[in-house]
Amino acid sequence: MGIVTLKVNGIEARVDESWTLLEALRFLGVEIPTLCHHDGLTPYGVCRLCMVEIEEKSGTKLVTSCLYPVKEGIVVKTHTDRVVKGRRMLVELMLARCPNSKTLQDLASKMGIENIRFKMKNEDCILCGLCVRLCKEQMMSGAIGFIGRGEKREVVTPFRTKSEICRNCGACMYVCPVVELPCRGYNPQGELCNSCLRVVPECADEYGQIMCYLESCGSCVKKGEMNELVKT
Amino acid sequence: MKKIKNREDLERVRKRIVKKSDPNKPCITISSGTCCRAYGCQKVTKAFITEIEKQEIRDKVEVKTTGCLGFCERGPIVVIYPKGIYYQRVTIEDVSEIVTETILNGKIIDRLLYIDPVSGKKFVNGEEISFYKKQMRVLLKNNWLIDPNKIEDYIINGGYTALSNALFKMTPEQIIDTIKRSGLRGRGGAGFPTGVKWENCRRANGDLKFIVCNADEGDPGAYMDRCILEGNPHSIIEGMIIGAYAIGSHEGYIYVRHEYPLAVKNLKIALNQAREYGLLGNNILNSGFDFDIKISIGGGVFVCGESTALIASIEGKIGEPRAKYIHTVEKGLWNKPTNLNNVETWANIPIIINKGSKWFSAIGTEKSKGTKIFSLVGKINNSGLVEVPMGITLKEIVYEIGGGVLNGKKFKAIQTGGPSGGCIPEKLLDLPVDFEKLKETGSMMGSGGMIVIDEETCVVDLAKYFLNFILDESCGKCIPCREGTGRLSEIVERITSGKAKIEDLKLLEELSHVVKDFSLCGLGQTAPNPVLSTINYFRDEWETHIKNKTCPALVCKELIQYYVDNGKCNGCGVCKNLCPQKAILGELKNPHSIVQDRCISCGICHENCKDNAIILSSPRGKN
Ligand SMILES: Cc1cc2nc3c(=O)[nH]c(=O)nc-3n(C[C@H](O)[C@H](O)[C@H](O)COP(=O)(O)O)c2cc1C
Ligand code: FES
Repeated sequence: MGIVTLKVNGIEARVDESWTLLEALRFLGVEIPTLCHHDGLTPYGVCRLCMVEIEEKSGTKLVTSCLYPVKEGIVVKTHTDRVVKGRRMLVELMLARCPNSKTLQDLASKMGIENIRFKMKNEDCILCGLCVRLCKEQMMSGAIGFIGRGEKREVVTPFRTKSEICRNCGACMYVCPVVELPCRGYNPQGELCNSCLRVVPECADEYGQIMCYLESCGSCVKKGEMNELVKT
Repeated sequence: MKKIKNREDLERVRKRIVKKSDPNKPCITISSGTCCRAYGCQKVTKAFITEIEKQEIRDKVEVKTTGCLGFCERGPIVVIYPKGIYYQRVTIEDVSEIVTETILNGKIIDRLLYIDPVSGKKFVNGEEISFYKKQMRVLLKNNWLIDPNKIEDYIINGGYTALSNALFKMTPEQIIDTIKRSGLRGRGGAGFPTGVKWENCRRANGDLKFIVCNADEGDPGAYMDRCILEGNPHSIIEGMIIGAYAIGSHEGYIYVRHEYPLAVKNLKIALNQAREYGLLGNNILNSGFDFDIKISIGGGVFVCGESTALIASIEGKIGEPRAKYIHTVEKGLWNKPTNLNNVETWANIPIIINKGSKWFSAIGTEKSKGTKIFSLVGKINNSGLVEVPMGITLKEIVYEIGGGVLNGKKFKAIQTGGPSGGCIPEKLLDLPVDFEKLKETGSMMGSGGMIVIDEETCVVDLAKYFLNFILDESCGKCIPCREGTGRLSEIVERITSGKAKIEDLKLLEELSHVVKDFSLCGLGQTAPNPVLSTINYFRDEWETHIKNKTCPALVCKELIQYYVDNGKCNGCGVCKNLCPQKAILGELKNPHSIVQDRCISCGICHENCKDNAIILSSPRGKN
């Protein structure tokens, strides 16, 4: 097992040479948002949130960290202006497609997106392909797949009928980043929620504690007002 | 046909074919590419054969169908050898006259000659025509001389010499070295040095390696690859065999779209003939080297031209790209080392082997060598396929070869590189054409599309066209390409319909950069180029659309308005009868008027008014 040395955000680090860059970054504790990645599945590289910048002699280039094999001596920057701006735009695009996903709403608030500049749609799938891969690779079934090209792309069972090999295991729902509904916020459903960015988050009322469902998000404390809330 | 046994036998066969043919025997060649077929060249060919039978001169004259001659708007083209008399736009009605007058009496029919629209000069010989004169036809030369369905025609013109030299006089390393020194770069768009790619593939681990020819050609309006596939398939086959020998591969694929039926047919015939002659298959020319080629027919999806999507498609999977961090020369088709090159790249190989790397690298600029075929179309006098040396200026292409802008209108820009390219404005016309220079302008070489636009073309509308093409052709796998181009198109739609705010332009640019940076494959990474380059050079025009709701070129339907000039209208009623919306009112012999609420700006009245009394204006709302 070989070890390679890379430089991440200015800090040198040694990692396993068989890893992808994303694995290395996560191992090093760098927070990289992802939507189409799952540790147990082959990387697919479609959400593009995991992209980071790599410095080369000829300039910098963006690479898809979930697919990029680590190499000796690479210089990685994970949160440059270009990367952060791009990620925000991608989340904005996805949220405008699927506003009723808690994962996306949380991600948007976390990134400080306070305005969606596109017309809202109401789709229920971002086509990350997690379900398709899980069904095939882990459940050994392959009951669902993609059809259609471009905007017509969707996940379906063959011929859109009940699949004979589907065992109703529910694994597809388990990995789906869109299936969970967002919390009930100020804004009507189908809009940007942002509740946890506001002074008094609705979700705090609902759950009665600071640590809401947003795992380690804590965006609601961002503005400092949350401390006030705790005191009262 | 007997198999050619070895190198000497090939020369013997060549001599035998040369001996059999008489260079002074009149030969009528009819250009028969897909483009000329649309003009009815097959009927013309039939008419020639019937006429010759009728006049009982079958022994005195030969009839030959060739591939495309490049000057497609003038088809069908008939060239009569040995003099090389060039007749254009020939119809069946002209056939008996040509046979009687030109073949039998040696007279030239004035009416069928090409007249230069600029100088008014007439040309007898095709080579003299300004459209051809400035060109450097290295790859396309044989299209004039060869019947693609006859391997003998290719052999008589020096075909397969390069192969025999490569197999018997050169080692694979020497071949790769020659290609490297020649400076040949891929003609499929990216311009990667071909020799380097071959070397990498040769060095890659594995016994089983593949050679693939990318004949997918999906750019709208581009057809240079088709022209070679149809007109000179053996040049591609020969190039591939040489490449296979150099790389150490024994199996090749030609991936061609099913929309090119004639190319597929001619390729199949050519492959079979090459096999019969022992130039393809086991033990080629008794050299001990085996190589064969299969044809893989694609569904005609633009993205399947992308290398990884193409490979997936050959494997029978969905044609979707993947990230290329592991190169296809290491793991390509069926995870084996694979060398993919474009049609034109392959066709260059025999020429380089024959003429040497020095000859080749003397043509062109510092980093781009050789010739390149472009399809010159749009608002230009002479449209068709042009093969020019790299480094020629855009001005020479547009004005000397293309004969300038159609109908004396003002030149506005030239769009190169198809949907992945951009617009180059008039002030940059002195630019020498090569990979780097085109890229610097924000456009690219691409596979070689060139569309000339004039003052009557709206750049916003043009950007919208390409954007919608990409949106249609995006595989939909990654978010920036699928969602991003969709939203780009939505914003541009707002702009062309007068509903946009000035912030939209900023959003358009911001989103364009993200799509470029974050997309998975070359399709998305270049998709915003038409938008960005037109904003760069024609920002005024974009802003006018937004701020003044005006389309200066009078193209965007929702920003223009048709009205009747009362002074000119004589009330003939033609427009009233033709209007599909019944939006035109008026009594006969009295000036008519257009009911704006009903008008859908289809423009039929404008096109059909003999007195030019229908006037176009932008913005809407006047009159
Ligand atoms: C969206 C897209 C479409 C492409 N279409 C073609 C094509 O039609 N023909 C082609 O030769 N190359 C096409 N390419 C380029 C190929 O990916 C590849 O670079 C090329 O075939 C390599 O051959 P070359 O080195 O001889 O140019 C396309 C690339 C992209 C990103
Ligand atoms: S996690 Fe890498 S692209 Fe989605």
